[in-house]
Amino acid sequence: MAKSNKPIVWSLFAAGGTLAAFLAPVLVLLFLLVALGHPPALLGYDQLHAFAAHWLGKIFLLAVIVLFLWHAAHRLRITMHDFGLRQDFLVAVIVYLVAAAGSVLTLLYLLRI
Amino acid sequence: MSRKPYVRKVSKTRWYFKHPRYLRYMSREVTCFFIGAFALLMLCTVERLSEGKAAYESFIAAITGPWSALGLTVVLAFALHNTTSWFNVTPKAMPVQIGEDFLPGKFIVGAHYAAWLIASLLILYFAQVI
Repeated sequence: MAKSNKPIVWSLFAAGGTLAAFLAPVLVLLFLLVALGHPPALLGYDQLHAFAAHWLGKIFLLAVIVLFLWHAAHRLRITMHDFGLRQDFLVAVIVYLVAAAGSVLTLLYLLRI
Repeated sequence: MSRKPYVRKVSKTRWYFKHPRYLRYMSREVTCFFIGAFALLMLCTVERLSEGKAAYESFIAAITGPWSALGLTVVLAFALHNTTSWFNVTPKAMPVQIGEDFLPGKFIVGAHYAAWLIASLLILYFAQVI
């Protein structure tokens, strides 16, 4: 049987899309409140630091950032094809590398907190 | 035999303007730009958070302002589009069979919207917005 990496990237895409469907609007809203000059108490340094210092907070942030990245990466790969860019291998390498690098960086930054 | 095969001329880069259905498809697909950009924004937030209070607070100051508010409003619109389009296909993606029959799609979609509302309210409460 031919081996394919499709199930892996597709399941990350689907998991990320589902998580984004539930959480992205409200999380964007929190940042929008910051931009409007009314930052939510959670996004103050002390509170967010305490949140990220707890292992549950770390898992939440890691799951959200990593799955959003892989969701966007896989969909971007397909969308580039739809926009007429017929360089699938190159596009796939770039988007998955960015997602992988972002995942590793998120983990490293979280472990430093 | 000299047959001329029928070749439809389809633009590789502008085909989705041909039909509203294609445009709706593309509108769902491009939500990934905004979800991806937002993931990178959160990555920056975590990076600055790990560097200490001064770095984090200068980052918060940098993203305060009308231009980032405008940008985040656009991101919010596409995030909502991802949410509604994602939930509206859930009966197709995971049909629920009860005996011989399938649970009507509106219950599956409705359950997702209800869970979305509760999750959003919980996060707003946790963030002390409400």
